Amino acid sequence: MQKIIEASGISKKFGDTQALKDISFEVSEGEIFGFIGPDGAGKTTLFRLIATLLIPDEGKLEVLGLDSVSGFRELRKNIGYMPGRFSLYQDLSVEENLNFYATVFGTTVKENYDLISDIYSHIEPFRKRLAGKLSGGMKQKLALSCALIHKPDLLILDEPTTGVDAVSRAEFWGMLRKLRQHNITIIVSTPYMDEAMKCDRVALIQEGSILSINQPEKIREGFSRKLFSVKAPEKYKLIIALRSYPGTITTYPFGDSVHVTFRGDEFNNSLYEYLNGMGISNVEINETRAGIEDRFLELMEKGTKA
Amino acid sequence: MKRFLGFVKKEFLHIFRDVRTLIILFGIPVIQILLFGFVVSTDLKNAQIGFLDLSKDEMTQKISDKICSSGFFMRSETLLSYNDIDKVLRKSKTKAVIIFEKDFGRKLISEGKAAISIITDGSEPNMATLITNYVTAIVTDFNRELAGTQAAGTLLVQPEVRMFYNPSLKGHYMFVPGVITLIMILICALMTSVTITREKEFGTMEVLLVSPLKPVQIILGKVMPYFLLSFINIIMILLLSWLVFGLPVKGSLVLLLAESMLYILMSLSLGILISTKSKTMQQAIFISFVGLMLPTILLSGFIFPIENMPSGYGEVAALMPPQYFITIIKNIMIKGTGFMYVWKETLILIAFTVAFIGLSIRNFKIRL
Repeated sequence: MQKIIEASGISKKFGDTQALKDISFEVSEGEIFGFIGPDGAGKTTLFRLIATLLIPDEGKLEVLGLDSVSGFRELRKNIGYMPGRFSLYQDLSVEENLNFYATVFGTTVKENYDLISDIYSHIEPFRKRLAGKLSGGMKQKLALSCALIHKPDLLILDEPTTGVDAVSRAEFWGMLRKLRQHNITIIVSTPYMDEAMKCDRVALIQEGSILSINQPEKIREGFSRKLFSVKAPEKYKLIIALRSYPGTITTYPFGDSVHVTFRGDEFNNSLYEYLNGMGISNVEINETRAGIEDRFLELMEKGTKA
Repeated sequence: MKRFLGFVKKEFLHIFRDVRTLIILFGIPVIQILLFGFVVSTDLKNAQIGFLDLSKDEMTQKISDKICSSGFFMRSETLLSYNDIDKVLRKSKTKAVIIFEKDFGRKLISEGKAAISIITDGSEPNMATLITNYVTAIVTDFNRELAGTQAAGTLLVQPEVRMFYNPSLKGHYMFVPGVITLIMILICALMTSVTITREKEFGTMEVLLVSPLKPVQIILGKVMPYFLLSFINIIMILLLSWLVFGLPVKGSLVLLLAESMLYILMSLSLGILISTKSKTMQQAIFISFVGLMLPTILLSGFIFPIENMPSGYGEVAALMPPQYFITIIKNIMIKGTGFMYVWKETLILIAFTVAFIGLSIRNFKIRL
């Protein structure tokens, strides 16, 4: 399979801040490749590098077989970029925005309508409405339509689902999966761990470095210990108690439960007694499967210790 | 080309959707012209003056009546002694005091001369000079009349001063070209610099950059709509100054419009240059206003003649493009001269335009 992005040893500094350090990865044709990491991890910088908006300080970045620095003019014809901030003209209507981006890329809405019809049909009833007056989910669909209108080979989506409601998010991911049939490669960043499962492959990124790249399933399997889900009525008290328990390695809140790892991957009755002694009863402990988030936290922990 | 037209269309949509832009574009010029034309006037009209008549005879009565009936002056107070002068001027309602010496009429007839003093309030130098000139003119006029009626033999030779091009020394002749110059550079530079920095602030520039649009296309696409609208603006201002102030265009209208187009283009390219250097709209507005308005008013010869500036200032003023346009527009509008008299200034404006556009394209960042 053809490589769409090949990055080796990329670093980028802004003043004293090291935004990215020594990043290497490859993205193959037709993949949905996710970058998962908290705010400030360097996702936006990386995407701007790929979108030819920034120049790497070190390393080599090839996109669609072209060097991202010297081949930027050719590249800009073939990538679709959706920045993290809503970046359409708020004082133009839905239709005018779409037509504008179509003409700028030397195409027409009609020509590539089949590509966006699935997404655009949701907002078409509001095509006379000003873009600034759309809801968050609709704005995002319009932005995606605009980024797709020239049938790019590579679609770069920087945190497309941030600030969007859960239903729209799910819908959005459904649309991205459908785009695969048009052979469009997609790289997408998100701070939401649950969205990682919807990518073909993900890179966990933290403080400018990639912690791990793999299929989401494999990343989950990479969790090195047995994970237990602990539940009790008083969650906050429970966390404090678990952290002070000598047998505990890690404790992280997870939804309505607490994910805990223990020394020797097991626990015994002394834990129940310990918790009881702290005034916590009705404790429920089950072994559970690690999610991406658990693995991410584990990798982060290792990273900071190293 | 299609891309470019699409871009221009989008710019027009921005302009017509935004009421504030439209007000700045069309409201401000009209208000400014009317404001400068009516309020900032160098003409004297009903200036208050006081009289200290120590003679109180027929002659002094005639002269003071003549002064007050001229339309330029109004009698405010009649003083009784020298001690009152200071008191009256300090109230600063009265701008000047005219004093007739004792036995004025008798002296004038017997000795052939008598003295009038004009005491003006020097804290307003412009006003003071104007009043002195006007009063002197009126008294001279009176002298002539007197010579004509009473002593036919003694011909008084009087210097007759006539102002060419602006016979009545009307302020509008001076201000309309100045205001056109000021407004055009401000609006053109301000509008373009704001529209480009707006794209930066709203993040749309990021998307524009990641498109096949070339910097030239983006810049020209931004300039084009404002160029057309500013041209309409100039025509509007000229019409307004003709209808309201009766200011004619003595020279060729075509030449005037052509020179205006050049000036608009220069101002627009200056605006783009500003925008390539500023990150936010606020910064662009600040540079446009402070960096352009003050130098244009002070150093363009709009109010203060460049010839009278101390050494050094003149050289700085030479770097201000508006001064050349003021020269051009005054030549064409008021003197009615042709292209042969303004070709040097025209060349300088072209050079400025080329330099600004060149620098803008070079400074335009093709990345973030």
